[in-house]
Amino acid sequence: MIYDAVIIGAGHNGLVTGAYLARAGMKVCIVEKNDWIGGAAVSRELYPGFTYSNCSYVSSLFRPEIMRDLELPKHGLQILPYEGGAVLTRDGGYLAMFRDHDANRREFARHSPRDAEAYDRYSRDILRHCRFIRPLLMRTPPDPSSFRPRDLSELAFLGRQMFDLSETRIYEMIRFWTMSISDYLDEYFENPVIKAYLAVSAIIGTALGPMSPGSAYVLLHHYMGDVDGNVGAWGFARGGMGSISRALGASFAAAGGEIRAGKGVERILVAGGQAKGVVLEGGDEVLGHRVISNMDVKRTFLKHVDEAQLPAGFVKKVRNFKTRGSSGKLNIALDAAPRFTALPDGAPMYRGDLHFTDSIERMERAYDDWKSGRFSRDPFQDVMIPTMIDPTMTPPGKHFMSCFVQYAPPRIAGAEWTDADRDAFGQTCINQIETYAPGFKDLILHMEVRTPRELEAEVGLTEGNIFQGELTFDQLLFNRPVPGYAQYRSPIKDLWMCGSSTHPGGGVMGAPGRNAAAEVLREARLGSDMSDAYAVL
Amino acid sequence: MKDHFHTPLRQTPFHPRTSALNRLNQWGAWAGYTTALAFDDEAMEYTAIRNGASLYDLCPMVKYRITGPDAAAYLNRLTIRNAAKLSVGGVHYTVWCDDAGKVLDDGTLFRHGAEDFMLCCQERHLPWLLDSATGYEVQVREVTEEVAALSLQGPCSAAVLQAAGFDMCNLRPFRMAKLGFEGVEITISRTGFTGDLGYEIWATPAQALPLWDALMRAGAPWGIRPIGTSALNLARIEAGFIITNMDFIPADQAVREDRARSPFELSLDWMIDWEKGHFTGRRALLAEKARGSSWALVGLDIEGNVSAEGSLIYHNRKTEVGHVTAAAWSPATKRNIALAQVRRPHHTGDTLWVEVYALRELQYHKLMLRAHVTERPFFAPARRRATPPGAF
Ligand SMILES: Cc1cc2nc3c(=O)[nH]c(=O)nc-3n(C[C@H](O)[C@H](O)[C@H](O)COP(=O)(O)OP(=O)(O)OC[C@H]3O[C@@H](n4cnc5c(N)ncnc54)[C@H](O)[C@@H]3O)c2cc1C
Repeated sequence: MIYDAVIIGAGHNGLVTGAYLARAGMKVCIVEKNDWIGGAAVSRELYPGFTYSNCSYVSSLFRPEIMRDLELPKHGLQILPYEGGAVLTRDGGYLAMFRDHDANRREFARHSPRDAEAYDRYSRDILRHCRFIRPLLMRTPPDPSSFRPRDLSELAFLGRQMFDLSETRIYEMIRFWTMSISDYLDEYFENPVIKAYLAVSAIIGTALGPMSPGSAYVLLHHYMGDVDGNVGAWGFARGGMGSISRALGASFAAAGGEIRAGKGVERILVAGGQAKGVVLEGGDEVLGHRVISNMDVKRTFLKHVDEAQLPAGFVKKVRNFKTRGSSGKLNIALDAAPRFTALPDGAPMYRGDLHFTDSIERMERAYDDWKSGRFSRDPFQDVMIPTMIDPTMTPPGKHFMSCFVQYAPPRIAGAEWTDADRDAFGQTCINQIETYAPGFKDLILHMEVRTPRELEAEVGLTEGNIFQGELTFDQLLFNRPVPGYAQYRSPIKDLWMCGSSTHPGGGVMGAPGRNAAAEVLREARLGSDMSDAYAVL
Repeated sequence: MKDHFHTPLRQTPFHPRTSALNRLNQWGAWAGYTTALAFDDEAMEYTAIRNGASLYDLCPMVKYRITGPDAAAYLNRLTIRNAAKLSVGGVHYTVWCDDAGKVLDDGTLFRHGAEDFMLCCQERHLPWLLDSATGYEVQVREVTEEVAALSLQGPCSAAVLQAAGFDMCNLRPFRMAKLGFEGVEITISRTGFTGDLGYEIWATPAQALPLWDALMRAGAPWGIRPIGTSALNLARIEAGFIITNMDFIPADQAVREDRARSPFELSLDWMIDWEKGHFTGRRALLAEKARGSSWALVGLDIEGNVSAEGSLIYHNRKTEVGHVTAAAWSPATKRNIALAQVRRPHHTGDTLWVEVYALRELQYHKLMLRAHVTERPFFAPARRRATPPGAF
């Protein structure tokens, strides 16, 4: 049996690609090394009765066009918006964010009357940047050095997007794409706690500190999604992030796709400069007219392709692709809801994201540890309790807490992480939470601690980089993953890429997978029911 | 203060009275406050404005106090009009712009003293006001919650004030007076948003309820009624007044760049004082003056009696050239009126049509109606300016 397409990896992007191809009539097989599907969009029951979001934990980027095209709601997908959040401050206070505009303004005004009235202009400016970037997400980046009609027309599209802007906007945009979030926020706000809250999105998953140039763009990457049209809003996938992958898997299966889970790809078969299929661990072969890799670009080409089959220049660029990990994750089963001393009982902030880093300075110090090859002694944590909203993940009254942690380096002072390092990292995080929620530790029933080492081992994310490659300007658009190969193709004929290493990058977004499918189908001259990006009015 | 998430909308100091009187229980959010949209009968509330006396809770209006030796110079830099020419005890309507000459907001400026102003507006601007203050000896403070304000409007409003013990007979339009109420100073200005005879009363939150009671009691013989925002909106359309975020988007909130408007484009350029020295936006506005503007804000008189809210406007029934921002059948003028943004040069000719979708028993009638550009205010009774005011 020769499939039309063999996809390596059942991450959400592999599933998206697979589903589109299968719906267009291709025979598709997805091979996945783990016993489960989803990659970093996964929910597993590690403690009886408790469903975790083991890696990713919130959804905003996932493109609604894809949800609709692939009929994901029919296959069980539900996204629940959540409410605001808070930074708990060291002096026992807090700054909350509310969805209600006026409640939010009054909350900001407690900290700075000036900043309270600055937020509207800030939101407007961020929204303007989002409106520029959103139309680019579901398009194949042009190759700026090519004269093919499609590249020229895509370049023209990009040019038009720019051309539509006023002179001032072009200046603003170029500054924004290259600035640090700290400098950017200084242009609007004065209060350190407000700035600390707003800076968070710029460091998530990023080996940059809030004072590093380029971090402002990362913020945009987290604001350009939406929940049902509410741009910048985030939500929970009901049943955990894994339910996104489950819905994708069901949609794929309904279109006739096959998944082989439990055995990883050992090697990609290449003959005559052309991909022919894969060899699995243990030697089984799965043959296909094309192979599409959902693994990151480094893993794909440095681990599973015979280097001799690749141009040396390409290999070098892939080696230099930055995938430095910066994040860890704690997944905690709780016997009851934790109580944070600073928060009023029943406060809506419990249903949002909770942070403890109350200044940009402190966030930058946490990054300093990363630079010295240590995990942060005073880490930044994005703590969420999805079970405050989602009734399906734990027994009633019990809770699942997800703690996303920065910074955790790929290696500890140049050496591999040890179990002892991992445990010390976990303790540091829960000790920090305990200071703000005394008694919290006693509620812990089970805890999964993940450092870049565990993320790489389980999901295959090289160096534990959660986005399959850093989201810095040098690695975006037609330079993602490497110059000359932004169109989901590789130097080997019929070997394609569809993971987050490709444009438009990481996050549970589905866009790389969808764009890759579009290219594959175009080349195969197959029609499909794929939607274009919704127009931005 | 930490528990405000329980009450995302605040109540004004008049809430105990307005809530007791709000029989329809129609409330709307305005600048973070719960405010009455209507109390018991919108048509009767509107009639009170034009026939007797009406009382409207103004508290949510955003207010800044601007004080200091450079206050007038500062305001001259900030706004397009000449604040130095405003005498103590005077009030004027004004506008301020960003560097590109696009309008950030409009508002009323009250000069309480040589170095003491209050600026009332619809939106919030503290960072802009503070940034503009660099280099001036001036203090800018947001004082919205420190002031309780009521608008008393209608042909009998002077008589009501008189009956309440406030003699305002000699107060001219756009002037204010300070007087005592229960031992504490209040300010009464002859200003308003109805285009009729009317006054605004500025007090402290502590005085709010006694003040309300005194006016309601004094006004009873003239049929005084509390009015909600719906009735006021009808009156302000007849008066031809615009509202930020309804008739135009403030430049600092416009996500779509092409939405921002200059004073020329809102037909507010009559306020610009080119001689007073530099003000923010001046260069851009000079250039626009030379180059010409893209938009105009006009009053329309539309054939028939179907109100044209939200309608698109066409040149010769074909080319889309604008949109209606506010519209109503005007009881006072018996005309079908609208405020509209129209692309120049179509704002002068007589080629405009509005496309109206009129909902009648769950079905839309699509109408193409002739619209004539017309003078604002649509309604301008002599009584609004008469000093001393007549008895009704
Ligand atoms: C801890 C963490 C938290 C995150 N939080 C969020 C969040 O809250 N919201 C958000 O939007 N994004 C978040 N992200 C990012 C997001 O989850 C990822 O960018 C995204 O899921 C990547 O999807 P993908 O399909 O491109 O690749 P992956 O999910 O990396 O999928 C690759 C797949 O390939 C498989 N594979 C690897 N090697 C082999 C092999 N040899 N043979 C067969 N299969 C193989 C893997 O098992 C995996 O299933 C987070 C990521 C992490 C790690």
